[in-house]
Amino acid sequence: MQPLIRIKGIVAPMDRANVDTDAIIPKQFLKSIKRTGFGPNLFDEWRYLDHGEPGQDCARRPKNPDFVLNEPRYQDASILLARRNFGCGSSREHAPWALKDYGFRVLIAPSFAEIFYNNCAKNGMLPVVLDEESVEQLFREVAASAGYMLEVDLPSQSVITPSAQRFGFEIDAFRKQALLDGLDEIGLTLQYADEIRAYEERRRRDAPWLYQSPDA
Amino acid sequence: MAAATLYDKLWDIHVVRDNADGTSLLYIDRHLLHEVTSPQAFEGMRLAGRKPWRTAANLAVADHNVPTLNRAQGIADPVSRLQVETLDRNCAQYKIVEFRLADARQGIVHVIGPEQGATQPGMTVVCGDSHTSTHGALGALAFGIGTSEVEHVLITQTLIQSRSKRMLVRVNGQVEAGVSAKDIALALIGRIGTAGATGYAIEFGGAAVRALSMEARMTLCNMSIEAGARCGLVAVDETTIDYMRGRPFAPRGALWDRAVAYWRTLASDPDAVFDRVLELDGADIVPQITWGTSPEMVAAGDAGVPDPATEPDRTRRAGMERALAYMGLEPGLPMTSIRPDKVFIGSCTNSRIEDLRAAAAVVQGQRVADNIKLALVVPGSGLVKRQAESEGLDRIFQAAGFEWREPGCSMCLAMNADRLQPGERCAATSNRNFEGRQGQGGRTHLLSPAMAAAAAIRGHFVDVRKL
Ligand code: SF4
Repeated sequence: MQPLIRIKGIVAPMDRANVDTDAIIPKQFLKSIKRTGFGPNLFDEWRYLDHGEPGQDCARRPKNPDFVLNEPRYQDASILLARRNFGCGSSREHAPWALKDYGFRVLIAPSFAEIFYNNCAKNGMLPVVLDEESVEQLFREVAASAGYMLEVDLPSQSVITPSAQRFGFEIDAFRKQALLDGLDEIGLTLQYADEIRAYEERRRRDAPWLYQSPDA
Repeated sequence: MAAATLYDKLWDIHVVRDNADGTSLLYIDRHLLHEVTSPQAFEGMRLAGRKPWRTAANLAVADHNVPTLNRAQGIADPVSRLQVETLDRNCAQYKIVEFRLADARQGIVHVIGPEQGATQPGMTVVCGDSHTSTHGALGALAFGIGTSEVEHVLITQTLIQSRSKRMLVRVNGQVEAGVSAKDIALALIGRIGTAGATGYAIEFGGAAVRALSMEARMTLCNMSIEAGARCGLVAVDETTIDYMRGRPFAPRGALWDRAVAYWRTLASDPDAVFDRVLELDGADIVPQITWGTSPEMVAAGDAGVPDPATEPDRTRRAGMERALAYMGLEPGLPMTSIRPDKVFIGSCTNSRIEDLRAAAAVVQGQRVADNIKLALVVPGSGLVKRQAESEGLDRIFQAAGFEWREPGCSMCLAMNADRLQPGERCAATSNRNFEGRQGQGGRTHLLSPAMAAAAAIRGHFVDVRKL
């Protein structure tokens, strides 16, 4: 995983609450057996005027001019500003894969659905939770100036506006370290293989039925 | 020892190690796999030169993409077919038990886990699917994970997790006849919102929950993710133990007795402390129907569509207006005047035998109304289908004009051929009414199986208690 330390980028606003994973990446694209290539279909139903199917050349599809990410001023955005309960719905990691493939590295919202939050962090994307009022202020600032940029600094856990206002945010120590180092969590866990085996032995003694397979 | 909640008991017994940063490495007893969220995990494992930690902990089935018609001809859509074949190949390579399409045990992953006894009280159960919360009905710690975590579980049999807060939802008293677990779930979500339980594990208790069958408890826990909770739980009691008895993966002989003795300890201690307690009165809960594009946009089946003008919160008001525009509904319209085009009885929420019985009881001897273009019954598994057929339910449905299909997720998320056309309105027993969920432009109203069956017969929504 690619480390994430400090990101400065254009902010795109997504002004609706409860944006769900079906909206982020519609289900027809979940049939892929790959991890990449979902970016062109991010928000597919909102972004294009026609119906999307896997394998199309998205560059040739009619774009919805009213959809925020299609506005020229938000091209190249790497920070998404969103409303409460962003990423609700399914556990599909295709949603963070699509956001990342599109180019987002940081998401800011008053709240995120839990599994989605986890999935983002595991893919080197930083979900930042700020209170409703701060998010409201950022929405106003983004609307007021084209090319609006934010700086997000993970070590100091702060979002910094162009006028140098800082908003602090919380993140648990483990996720922070994993993002900073671009950690391979599986490799890390395998360092504890002996402890996992010891646990299994203990448990096999206390609850042997858990280790019985149906045909045994 | 201090009094503990059921959640904490389950958590504590699965801790392999506590990390300095407050997270824990949790042991996972059962890992369920399906075709959509696993291919990238297997690929990652292979690329890293790693292998599964404990093959027998895994159980796989294809459900999301599978056709519900003409199974013998295989999967027509080449992209879906490749995904299902990839699961078959991966399971064959790593010797993971998989119920393939032709197997009578194939079905929706959250239906077959409990049905097979592969989900057991006291287990940790995970699956790359948010509705894994369903399995908590058996007193298991069960939650959905993403694909990176699927890979992590495959390879290490553990997950790095932080403990949730605990919420007790106590449903006191009794619910009226005609009011189901689906209505309890929707009423709860209507009250606390889709983010109302974010950060919490919900335990459902109270007399009305104790009175629910195992399958109804699964419906309730299934929907806890729709309230934002990572998992739902119901304490083990005789209902749980009776349900487990004789299932293929359930313990046998002397081990059965030992297991049962342990399972009986799986309840919150009487003086355990919850971070939040919510009380509902069962007698107040009436049949529910959603009117919007989020499960929290729900109303009593005999109420009117709410008016956004009365909503003070700006974001919420805008959401309501957008939802009504998408759903093609006006404020104040009586729910009973809304006429669906299609009816879908199925999904991991409501496709078990009791759901089909409840729907069939309403349908018996009636005809589907003329304005209903398609009424579908999709059993949750091949075994549910077989059971229903042995009871003659298939004939009741078909005589009324319903189609009787092969098991799978089907029109719950419309990854296969079963879907809504733009603008079509559906009465659905599934769990999500998001925009486009059942097909682009499709309009979903969530309700119970009996309510869906009643809507099919009348051609409009109706409170099933008033039939
Ligand atoms: S039935 Fe629907 S909610 Fe359940 S697992 Fe399948 S797609 Fe997901």
